[in-house]
Amino acid sequence: MTLTMTRETSVEPPADQPPPKRCRPRFMRHVLLSAVGVIMMYPLLWMISSSLKPSNTVFTDESLWPAVLDLGNYSRGWTALSEPFEIYLVNSLVIVVLSIVGNLLSCSLAAYAFARLRFTGRKLFFAMMLGTMMLPGHVLVVPQYVMFDRLEWLNTYYPLLVPHFLATNGFYIFLMVQFMRSLPQELDDAARIDGCGPFRTFWKVIMPLCLPAFATTAIFTFISVWNEFFGPLLYLTDPELYTVPLALRQFMDSEGQSQWGEMFAMSFLSLAPVIGFFIAGQKYLVKGIATTGLR
Amino acid sequence: MTAIRRQDRAGYLFLLPWFGGMLFMIVPFFASLYLAFTDYDLLTAPTWAGLDNFRRMFDDAKLHQSLKVTITYTVVSVPLSLIVALAVAMVLDRGVRGLAIYRSVYYLPSLLAGSVAIVMLWRYIFGYNGIVNDFLAWFGIQGPGWASDPRYALSTLILLHVWTFGSPMVIFLAGLRQIPAMYYEAASMDGASGWRQFRSITLPLLSPIIFFNLVQALIASFQTFTQGYVISNGTGGPGESTLFYNLYLYQKGFAEFDMGYASAMAWLLLVIIAGFTAVNFLAARFWVFYDN
Repeated sequence: MTLTMTRETSVEPPADQPPPKRCRPRFMRHVLLSAVGVIMMYPLLWMISSSLKPSNTVFTDESLWPAVLDLGNYSRGWTALSEPFEIYLVNSLVIVVLSIVGNLLSCSLAAYAFARLRFTGRKLFFAMMLGTMMLPGHVLVVPQYVMFDRLEWLNTYYPLLVPHFLATNGFYIFLMVQFMRSLPQELDDAARIDGCGPFRTFWKVIMPLCLPAFATTAIFTFISVWNEFFGPLLYLTDPELYTVPLALRQFMDSEGQSQWGEMFAMSFLSLAPVIGFFIAGQKYLVKGIATTGLR
Repeated sequence: MTAIRRQDRAGYLFLLPWFGGMLFMIVPFFASLYLAFTDYDLLTAPTWAGLDNFRRMFDDAKLHQSLKVTITYTVVSVPLSLIVALAVAMVLDRGVRGLAIYRSVYYLPSLLAGSVAIVMLWRYIFGYNGIVNDFLAWFGIQGPGWASDPRYALSTLILLHVWTFGSPMVIFLAGLRQIPAMYYEAASMDGASGWRQFRSITLPLLSPIIFFNLVQALIASFQTFTQGYVISNGTGGPGESTLFYNLYLYQKGFAEFDMGYASAMAWLLLVIIAGFTAVNFLAARFWVFYDN
């Protein structure tokens, strides 16, 4: 799913498409599409606007442009929870960065084996990998929790990180396999003739060419791990270890104090990196697709 | 012979992390099947309970409620968001200026919707004083507190799911691009109406992609957790109206530590998901069209 999504996001419409003949339908279409766009964006705009209003006017000041600006929400929100917000940001960042590294390493190793090496059981293992992509994860939760409990990994980051170093996400393997298959086999042959074993070929020849697929994997890992709620909720109990989503939830517990402005300020802060990655990543994806598309 | 074995060895070395990962999945998979037939509280060893856990399910009203919530949510929100996605993709496919901007604007929400921040936001947008009621007030309507009313709370989450139509839309858009324009030209020359062209060209040629998205979305939707947890602060309220199946499983397994029962629940859901998926594959024979 992610594969098709990213591969096609940046394909521009073919230039030879017939131009619409009459002007009015085209104009109406833009009105309609813009209206949908406003509906799609309004919740986010309202969140940003509410993060700039004093808490007691969030629900009375209906305009998107705050009548009274209150930038203090950000500084008060930063310290409103049990730990200062930078603790949560650093925790989330550490988990995200390590998850990206783990996914890139372990999934690319597996993908190279599936795409390029011949060995007994390859087809069977590949089918198993595709099977795990369809397997609903909730079936594994109870025994995994028991296992992590036995390993004394509860209330540590291991349950959240180790699976990423063990190539448990089939989607990324599949994406990289597809990408590696599009690279010419002659590259491997040439490397072998020059005396490279499979590891050198992988590291020196294939890895550098797979950067676009790695970028896609990194972006999707970033977004899914950054937003992840269930895993941290299950495994982290010490507030000092909380990730950003777990921290935000605390605003709901302290609802009586009606810190809406602060809550929306920190909520927006939590989304900003995802929005940033989306905007920056889109450009990178376009480049990646342009180079692969020209081959 | 030695060359083949060296190839084998290299393959297995590259797959080493993946083999480890499979252990992390296969062992728990069968362990959970075993635990489903036991009484287990994490502290004492599991004791064999036969079919007890499954028998208890017949009298568990909360379980029935959670099934109802999850199935309603899935059956309504998945088709709805796919239809919206297809409709918008078809409008965009007709060559509009600024396509890239529209696509980004529609796509971005689907990256954010799973986050705690957005579900919390939803609770206030659909709150008594939220912007939805501000909007309705223009027409002289005083809406209820949608997110805190048992009759409407689930509907707000269905709307949240529809808000993420951008992700299937992008895939549909890519699929529409691959339909050769000459099919439509030939059809117009033969005098086929727009609706007829949609029925006879667009839908059949896009059907494998629609099918793939439908199957994936159903499997994901049955496992919804965060939305129900955050909008109700973990309770599944108001009045159990957002008690998603996995939220109830979480309460059973990790608040009450009734882990045998939670495992049995997990397997029941697995069977339901497999059933829905199988029905989908059977129905696909009648509407999914595979070229050659």
